[in-house]
Amino acid sequence: MTVVRISDDALARAGGADKLAAAFEKKGCEVQRTSSWGMHWLEPLVEIDGKGFGPATLDDVDAILDGSSDKAIGTIEEHPFIATQTRITFKRAGKTRPLSLEDYEATGGWAGLKRARQIGSEAIVEEVKHSGLRGRGGAGFPTGIKWDTVMKAPGPKKDIVCNADEGDSGTFADRMAMEGDPFALIEGMAIAGEAVGADQGYIYLRSEYPDAIRKLNAALDLCADIIAPFKCEVRVGAGAYVCGEETSLLNSLEGKRGEVRAKPPLPALEGFLGRPTVVNNVLSLQAVPHILMEGGAEQYKNAGFGRSRGTMPIQLAGNIKHGGLYEVGFGITLGELVSDIGGDTASGRPVKAVQVGGPLGAYIHPDQFDIEFDYETYTAAEALIGHGGVTVFDDTADMLEMARFAMEFCSIESCGKCTPCRIGSVRGLEILDRIREGGRERDVIELAPQMHNTKKDAGCDAGDEIGLLTDLCETMKFGSLCALGGFTPYPVMSALRQWPEDFGSNPEMVQQTLEKGLG
Amino acid sequence: MSDKSDVLGAIIARQHHREGPLLPILNDVQAELGCIDAESEALIARGLNISRADVHGVVSFYHDYKPKADARPVLQICRAEACKARGVEQLIKAASNAAGERVKIETVYCLGLCSAGPSARTGDDLHIRLDEQAIIKLVENA
Repeated sequence: MTVVRISDDALARAGGADKLAAAFEKKGCEVQRTSSWGMHWLEPLVEIDGKGFGPATLDDVDAILDGSSDKAIGTIEEHPFIATQTRITFKRAGKTRPLSLEDYEATGGWAGLKRARQIGSEAIVEEVKHSGLRGRGGAGFPTGIKWDTVMKAPGPKKDIVCNADEGDSGTFADRMAMEGDPFALIEGMAIAGEAVGADQGYIYLRSEYPDAIRKLNAALDLCADIIAPFKCEVRVGAGAYVCGEETSLLNSLEGKRGEVRAKPPLPALEGFLGRPTVVNNVLSLQAVPHILMEGGAEQYKNAGFGRSRGTMPIQLAGNIKHGGLYEVGFGITLGELVSDIGGDTASGRPVKAVQVGGPLGAYIHPDQFDIEFDYETYTAAEALIGHGGVTVFDDTADMLEMARFAMEFCSIESCGKCTPCRIGSVRGLEILDRIREGGRERDVIELAPQMHNTKKDAGCDAGDEIGLLTDLCETMKFGSLCALGGFTPYPVMSALRQWPEDFGSNPEMVQQTLEKGLG
Repeated sequence: MSDKSDVLGAIIARQHHREGPLLPILNDVQAELGCIDAESEALIARGLNISRADVHGVVSFYHDYKPKADARPVLQICRAEACKARGVEQLIKAASNAAGERVKIETVYCLGLCSAGPSARTGDDLHIRLDEQAIIKLVENA
């Protein structure tokens, strides 16, 4: 009997994978539902004897079975998109059935946890430190040091919290990891528990990911005995972007408004319900089982670049021809990612801008495509890697509109705790609207003779407004409590700096204002 | 005892043993009753021995919780950056026209299908690679 493998990842299902699977079953094939290879432009991808066909529709079923399909892409593992990757975190992607314990064990599952239990907590933390693993949520904080802090923190009860509130647009690696390899995340959490002395884990998962919620719950039921005495449960969020910030997430988990907490105290010392808590992103925890395998830490460390060790699951999204998940060691340039691997835009038009790092990441101009993927290099270029999302825009994008959206998004999702973010985002939105209108005239109140301290001139031109926006962004960047308000200036200012022509009829004026502001 | 207090009582009994039980309770109430109104807030507050203000503060913070039930079918359209880059904004007008008063169109920020947008969600079903025709069809079938 022909064995047909089709992904049951949410994206493949949204593309019609369920109907396709049913059609193959009707033809008498054995259908195995696996995780996704990550080649999203080819989903739903049908795999028979290692050879791929995609994107497949119901009309292709007969042709695929008799070998005459024009959707054939050859052997999947030899496809350039897959063959050029270094897959560690996603080593099982496309190869195993997500909820099959048998598949998981056959591909090295639970080996990391078994070894961790033998070597004990201090040795685990040492190995994680040695691997150079840094938090994949965005901040890039060394995971081993965080664990060390929690391990040494006094307290009768500690917790492991997995931040699975992947709200950034242009990112989906957490979703794919949870749906495609849920046991690896659970194993990573159990190892973290072993390392710091915690017996309870929480996965805070956003409500926008129904498939991931279902699969993780099913996986937890299946492996409860294996991870025992460690216990773990899924907690579903309620549609607040800011809950991806770790302190806000902890408040939400405690059943409070998802407002950001001031740090210190660090969550590592006073986290969930005041207890020492490890808060790690899905991808950080997902990398742990591999690192804890014999020789895994060394192998992980050897991929990478500068102080960014290991691999980064990069997500190619937006207007890109070959979108999907691309895991590779740090150091790859943006140009290679977007043009060589991504095949430039899906629309066929020239690339205008690339936003790296989600809604709070800077817009990068094609002139800067030689920038290497590395935490420090991006920080030096006033940009951020964040969660590794790369969103491509073609030349129809209006960068003033995108800057405006960044402010609007911040105003909608702000938790309201600190003023620069709560009010600054609304003011920023208004300023950007005025820039589009070319400035504003003085209003009746300002012109009233009783208002002694207002100017009675003709009003603000676009240049004045840009000066104001620069000043506001400076305040938000340094005055906000968390990254939401603090990083919203990145997309706004990078758009303004690099596409001044989108911000009014006089790009030189924009440049001059910016230089004046910086001086 | 009204139906509502029975439903709420069952939910609270099921969830209150958890550490930080409020969000799991609110998620269940929203799912089962379609909204979290003042009456529910008061009952939850009494059940957990916290103030109504505490409960209301949490309910009003999160986008998923609605103060009033809306029986209409909902189409959630992602309008975040990646879907914008793939042209979701050009579809909004057609979707709204097709929806009229019958279907509720909501904006979400990111369904995690960013390489294959524009994307949308109805119930637990996800939809990708939408164009004008496809989104109108989604609205009509909602």
